[in-house]
Amino acid sequence: MKKILIILLLAGLGFYIATTYTGIGFGEPHFKHGVKDTYLKQTVQSLHVANTVTAIVVNFRGFDTLGEVTVLFLAVTALGSILYKKRHEVGVRSVLFSSSSIVTAGSKLLFPAIILLGAYVFIHGHLTPGGGFQGGVIIATGFLLMLLAYRNYSVSHIILSIVESIAGITFAGIGLLGLIYGETFLQNFLPVGVLNNVFSGGIIPIIYIAVGFKVAAELTGVIYTILHEKGESNG
Amino acid sequence: MIYFILILFLMILMIAAAIYSVYQKDLMYATIGTGIVSLALSILFYLLQAPDVALTEAAIGAALTTIIFVIAIRNTIRYEGDD
Repeated sequence: MKKILIILLLAGLGFYIATTYTGIGFGEPHFKHGVKDTYLKQTVQSLHVANTVTAIVVNFRGFDTLGEVTVLFLAVTALGSILYKKRHEVGVRSVLFSSSSIVTAGSKLLFPAIILLGAYVFIHGHLTPGGGFQGGVIIATGFLLMLLAYRNYSVSHIILSIVESIAGITFAGIGLLGLIYGETFLQNFLPVGVLNNVFSGGIIPIIYIAVGFKVAAELTGVIYTILHEKGESNG
Repeated sequence: MIYFILILFLMILMIAAAIYSVYQKDLMYATIGTGIVSLALSILFYLLQAPDVALTEAAIGAALTTIIFVIAIRNTIRYEGDD
């Protein structure tokens, strides 16, 4: 009975999704006009940004990005508040596997390269694919590699929280400056520069660097906290 | 032609890895299966002209989520149904 109900529910859901998607009509002429051309034109002509995705995420809907950053911050805060008590009692990292000398030497070799790649991805977010979130996650992956390879490698929570706070304040402060010098929150008030230069796009590179630092600090904190959480059954 | 063959191969790989990770009793192997799904999905995003999304999927889906699942499995139980 239960299975039949589930199958009926799934069939109904699939039917409605299928009718909705056939109604959209991908490739039809009504996709040729609309808001898309405005974005493509505005990005290159008035903002001088090569990557349209970045321009939309940070400039045209920058307020939503601030909301996303806040959501990530709240998730990290909730995780930290749940795991906080045990981390003080135990203080010993759960070891996934004992790392050999190849792993430790390789991690030491790879760590600066990963950090450099992450920094490249978020500094060049307005020129090439990528941006603050991706670069921050790549940097956090580099710290994860070091935490897995070395048992006594530690990250200071105080420095992480300071970096995260400064980055968040930078994002919100640039938005408020846009309110002061322009008309709306997060409006571009800096000179836009030349297309395809690193120093172009006004406030976009600054905001993405701030987001990159913030995401990297938050996710490194998450990984560090989880690795120090000792299991009860066999950890 | 080779483009469509590659896309078809990636889609079949994704579905197969997803089914494998649902039916696998060893949760560590199931996690690797979801990692393969994320990796194939990121290559698919790259082939479909969405490099931004591909970077996000590769960094978060294939690397971070997999390792968080591995840590969680290491700290709890490894085999499904032996609690």
